[in-house]
Amino acid sequence: MENIQTSRRDFLKTTGLTSFGLALGISAFSKDAVVKKINPAILKLEINPFIIIDTAGNITIVNPRPDMGQGSTQAVPSLLAEELEVRLDQVKIIQSDGKDKYGSQTSGGSSSVRSLWEPIRKAGAAARDMLTETAAKRWNVPVAECIAKDGTIIHKPTGKSLAYGELADDASKLEIPKNPKLKDPKDFTILGKYNKRLDVPERVTGKAIYGIDIDIPGMVYASILHSPMLHGKVIAVDDTETKKVKGVIKVIKTERTMPHRTSEAVAVIGTNYWAALKGRKALAVKWDNADYEKTLSTEKYFTDTYEAAKKEGINFEEKGDFDAKYSSAAKKLESNYETPFLAHAPIEPENAVVHVKDDGSIEIWAPVQGPDWALRDVCAYMKVAPEKVKINVTLLGGAFGRKAYHDFLLEACHLSKELKKPVKVVWTREDDISQGPYRPGMLSHMQGFIQDGKIVGYHHHAIGESILGQVYKGLKPDEADPWLSEEISTNNNKYSFDVASKVSWTHVKTDIPVVWWRSVYASNFGWGQECFIDELAHLAGKDPLKARLEIIKDERFRKVLETLAEKSAWGEKLAEGQGKGIAVFKSFDSISATCITVTKKDSGVKIDKVVSIIDCGYYVNPDNVKAQTEGNIVMGITAATKDGITFTNGVCDQSNFHQYNIMRLNEMPEIEIHIVDSGSSPGGVGEPGLPPIAPALGNAIFAATGKRMRKLPFDITNLKV
Amino acid sequence: MAIYNLTVNSKKVKVDVEDDMPLLWVVRDIVGLKGTKFGCGMALCGACTVHLDGQPARSCQTPVSSIGKITKITTIEGIGDVKLHAIQQAWIEEQVPQCGYCQSGQIMSAVALLKTNANPNDQDIDAAMSGNLCRCGTYDRIRKAIHRAAETIKVEEKGIGKR
Repeated sequence: MENIQTSRRDFLKTTGLTSFGLALGISAFSKDAVVKKINPAILKLEINPFIIIDTAGNITIVNPRPDMGQGSTQAVPSLLAEELEVRLDQVKIIQSDGKDKYGSQTSGGSSSVRSLWEPIRKAGAAARDMLTETAAKRWNVPVAECIAKDGTIIHKPTGKSLAYGELADDASKLEIPKNPKLKDPKDFTILGKYNKRLDVPERVTGKAIYGIDIDIPGMVYASILHSPMLHGKVIAVDDTETKKVKGVIKVIKTERTMPHRTSEAVAVIGTNYWAALKGRKALAVKWDNADYEKTLSTEKYFTDTYEAAKKEGINFEEKGDFDAKYSSAAKKLESNYETPFLAHAPIEPENAVVHVKDDGSIEIWAPVQGPDWALRDVCAYMKVAPEKVKINVTLLGGAFGRKAYHDFLLEACHLSKELKKPVKVVWTREDDISQGPYRPGMLSHMQGFIQDGKIVGYHHHAIGESILGQVYKGLKPDEADPWLSEEISTNNNKYSFDVASKVSWTHVKTDIPVVWWRSVYASNFGWGQECFIDELAHLAGKDPLKARLEIIKDERFRKVLETLAEKSAWGEKLAEGQGKGIAVFKSFDSISATCITVTKKDSGVKIDKVVSIIDCGYYVNPDNVKAQTEGNIVMGITAATKDGITFTNGVCDQSNFHQYNIMRLNEMPEIEIHIVDSGSSPGGVGEPGLPPIAPALGNAIFAATGKRMRKLPFDITNLKV
Repeated sequence: MAIYNLTVNSKKVKVDVEDDMPLLWVVRDIVGLKGTKFGCGMALCGACTVHLDGQPARSCQTPVSSIGKITKITTIEGIGDVKLHAIQQAWIEEQVPQCGYCQSGQIMSAVALLKTNANPNDQDIDAAMSGNLCRCGTYDRIRKAIHRAAETIKVEEKGIGKR
């Protein structure tokens, strides 16, 4: 019992609650989102303390989705507040710590609202019903005469009221309603409405705490020299100059552990970060680079992908006998579309603070996208049980997929264990850009044909490195990467081709580390798919919008395209030198379409305007949907027109923002975003706006200049085909 | 190592650091003000922007020894510490930040712009703000927020003038 009491006290202390009152959890592993009561006395053994209403009326929700700018700290409490009938400012948020009981906790795959839409609302509705019933009993009145509003239950006929805190203890003794009634969306007061994000003020005053801002007593700082060829081994370290730097405490050989391999590295430990960094720059390390000088080469990789394009891949799907129909087709096209490797480059570089304590327990403060995955990786790496690890998730200064890859966190674990001190590891921008992991560069080999002015044959052959294969469970030689098929299948793009279609895959491996990047493969393959459909439309002599509508029956796609046509004034006369291009792509259960207008300027073009449409089904905050789509426009234009990542002779050619440029404010075109309210179940918001950007731009450039861009990135001021 | 007497956000602080330590790390790790951010270390991203006697400067490329006769160092914590600055208020109204990490630097650049140009047009905003990167892509809102803040200041000043 003592242990239970201690854990209960500790929990109350860390959460700042006065008592448990009513605590409800949602079964993380049940598809039916079963709401459960949490017995505080056995909290340690219970699952999912998601919502707690204490006797003082404090309402706390454990947020299982870290905030990296996508707005989960508003979205998650909004789902609760809507059904519980409280204001957003009445809900306190605690970030989950990765433990199993909180279920899936990774911000990724644009999944937060999609996966929590029903479970959290259900828990909120259950709590509301229990509180209402408690009040009705206490007043001895029918439940139907009571309503919940702003954290109180009001007896309508008399106007008397009880605050949730006064009811919480008694409410906790009731059975949980099995199927609490969820509100009809037309009665929503928070969901789907404009609400200011409550965490914006701390982000404009410098008060928001990101991983890099964590200070722990006794902490030392580490800057780590990684192998310039990523996987080299340390032969010799000359730290003579490093040791002369004031504030340098120690130089130690260390390691960088990626999900699939471990590389050697040298860490400089300092009393402050500048000392560690200066000391690191003074190191002279001799590396054994094996044959990475040859294997780490983007030129070689892409040569391999173009070779693969000449051969048969493994089919995801085939309708009709595509090859036979293609070879006999009279009007056909074949093109290759290339996308580069890209760094995520969040403005907050990778960092972590870790304290491996004397008793073997580990405390972590880090900007990680998923504390659950981080916990799994730390436990496996440090060979400790999850109970020994406490993860404090900080705000993330951008992530875009990068901070769900925990090499930087494991580095801090390793160093803290070696040094027996809390250690803060901070990567430099150069580490971030030149070490990876990256979005893989990919090739789309496209074939298609038309008959009677209609696109009737289509083949998308996706070629390149597999994230699943390199980083996770591996990929069998005869297996087509299932992650891609979701995105480029005809079931996803909803194009129906009357004669034949095929979607296939060839795995080309590389030693360059890869991982997901905003919208994952959709960011690669939207380019090939949507530019090629445009090419086929022109071959058919058709307007690109009409050609698409001819082969899409799906109502949601059609509505998105029609809205785009209306909002972008598609078909209206353009000025001299102007061109418009469109593209549509579905990812993460949302459909997004974009129209870009460009004007010819010298040997390039200027982007005049971007109009994006998104149908993401039900959403939490229209302003956040727009904000995320704005971000996708900027990141999409950057990916298309700024720098890719290249490796030459084993070394990354880019190191900082002068070689890996990000779009700047002065380059911002006019933008316009419209939401299609389809009332469908919620789709993703953080990523779906990105895939159509590059192809809409490529298609606009063709319309304005006649130049068909097939390789990303390109210099928009000097277009070369 | 040398002793430097600095005035940060109107407070006098004495630091004992290496001459070449950039002001960024002095402010963050020695003075303990974490609002100023590290982004690139090469003055390419603007996340570390502070004001030196009112002028915007990239603190990652400002060795503490170069501070010399600078009398006032202002960081994000020194902007609107009593009442939010019109720029900060406009940032809230326009819901500018996403992750928010670059916004300290963005705001420092914007505050400096309005100080010298109370009524900036789009070209002025381009010139003043293009050194600040935002990976989340909040540029359109930044532009709107600067116009909004300029309007607010104009209205407030008119109000004062009337009195």
